Amino acid sequence: MAQVVGGYFTSHVPAIGGAIERGDQQEAYWKPFFDGFPPVRQWLAEARPDVAIVFYNDHGLNFFLDAMPTFAVGAAARYDNADEGWGLPVYKSFVGHPNLSWHVIETLVEAEFDITTCQNMKVDHALSIPFELAWPDVGAWPVKLVPIAINTVQFPLPSPRRCLALGQAVGRALRSWKGDERIMVMGTGGLSHQLEGARAGFMNPEYDRFCLDNLATDPAALTAHSAEEVAELAGTQGVEILNWITARGALGDAPQTMVMRNYHVPISNTAAATVVLEPA
Amino acid sequence: MPSQVSVRTDPRALRRSIPGTVLFDGELAERGFALNAMCYSFNDAENRAAFVADEEAYCRKFGLSEEHCAAVAARDVPAMLAVGGNVYYLAKLAGIFGLNVQDLGALQTGRSVAEFKAMLSATRDLVDPALGGLHFGPDPASAALQREHA
Repeated sequence: MAQVVGGYFTSHVPAIGGAIERGDQQEAYWKPFFDGFPPVRQWLAEARPDVAIVFYNDHGLNFFLDAMPTFAVGAAARYDNADEGWGLPVYKSFVGHPNLSWHVIETLVEAEFDITTCQNMKVDHALSIPFELAWPDVGAWPVKLVPIAINTVQFPLPSPRRCLALGQAVGRALRSWKGDERIMVMGTGGLSHQLEGARAGFMNPEYDRFCLDNLATDPAALTAHSAEEVAELAGTQGVEILNWITARGALGDAPQTMVMRNYHVPISNTAAATVVLEPA
Repeated sequence: MPSQVSVRTDPRALRRSIPGTVLFDGELAERGFALNAMCYSFNDAENRAAFVADEEAYCRKFGLSEEHCAAVAARDVPAMLAVGGNVYYLAKLAGIFGLNVQDLGALQTGRSVAEFKAMLSATRDLVDPALGGLHFGPDPASAALQREHA
């Protein structure tokens, strides 16, 4: 039977990609953030995942407002990154796991989640940068990918409660998968930040702390707010915490052990965080 | 329906009542569709070049309204947002203009870029040591800072 080995959560700020490209990891501005990744890599070396289920949000690479799914599950054999228009390098492609994707899709629809399925789906920096941080300098990614995109662009967004429930259903799918893969879960984005409006530059360490303090042991605490309230608390792009909440749901109902966490302000306009959780 | 609904019980009302913030929803998505569609096209380098070569013609091709065109021509980010531009797509237009998200933040908050960056860095002062930095183990509140092990 498949085993869910744990979860890796990190910010996916595009500027991180620029810092990697320039080799700025040890620069004073970047070091506190990049110092969070040797422990992630050590955990990955011990956890030895074969597949990653990644909850992220598309920033206008694959999805436009003509057709905007609330939840979109990839079911492709291969996923490509591409030019996003503002100068990041094009990142390596990913090998998919279509059979596991369809098992997740079947389980979700049986559980009455009316998701969108994608056999062709470009994946953006929100997915590539967390991989670049976890596995720098590899020729090919060491895990297969099942991407699940969540709408954080256009309100109405799914509620935190719905996101947790979807993640929990994905977790049931993973634990009922007949393969023998070691499966990791990823949630990307956040934490608090806001790019637009007169409140641009807003961050909220107090709310971020609330999220980090409850993620491992009481994720339901994060579902007391509406998506709009999350935007008020975390900033307009801080709603990416929805990706974290969904990923945490996929780890199951039992409390998880916080292996490590790193929090640093600011990276670009963002309060950046990195977390690893594993089953207690 | 009560005539006055608390924003706490009416999430849609909260979308227009967060200070300095307008949440992008159907109303704005409808108003800004053509502008955002043009910005989405900038994922393609050829389209970015076509915009630079003849900005007005490119805006016409995507059916931008007068108010869309005026905001783009003036490089007026708050106006672009007000006419329905979404920051995820506008970022691609900003890239053509050579503006990053700190430049956008400065433009929207009436600060210089240096002042905006200083504001971002000042947020660090609000971070409790029990929250900030690298922590190991299940109880970060009681764990000592363990940077030396990184």
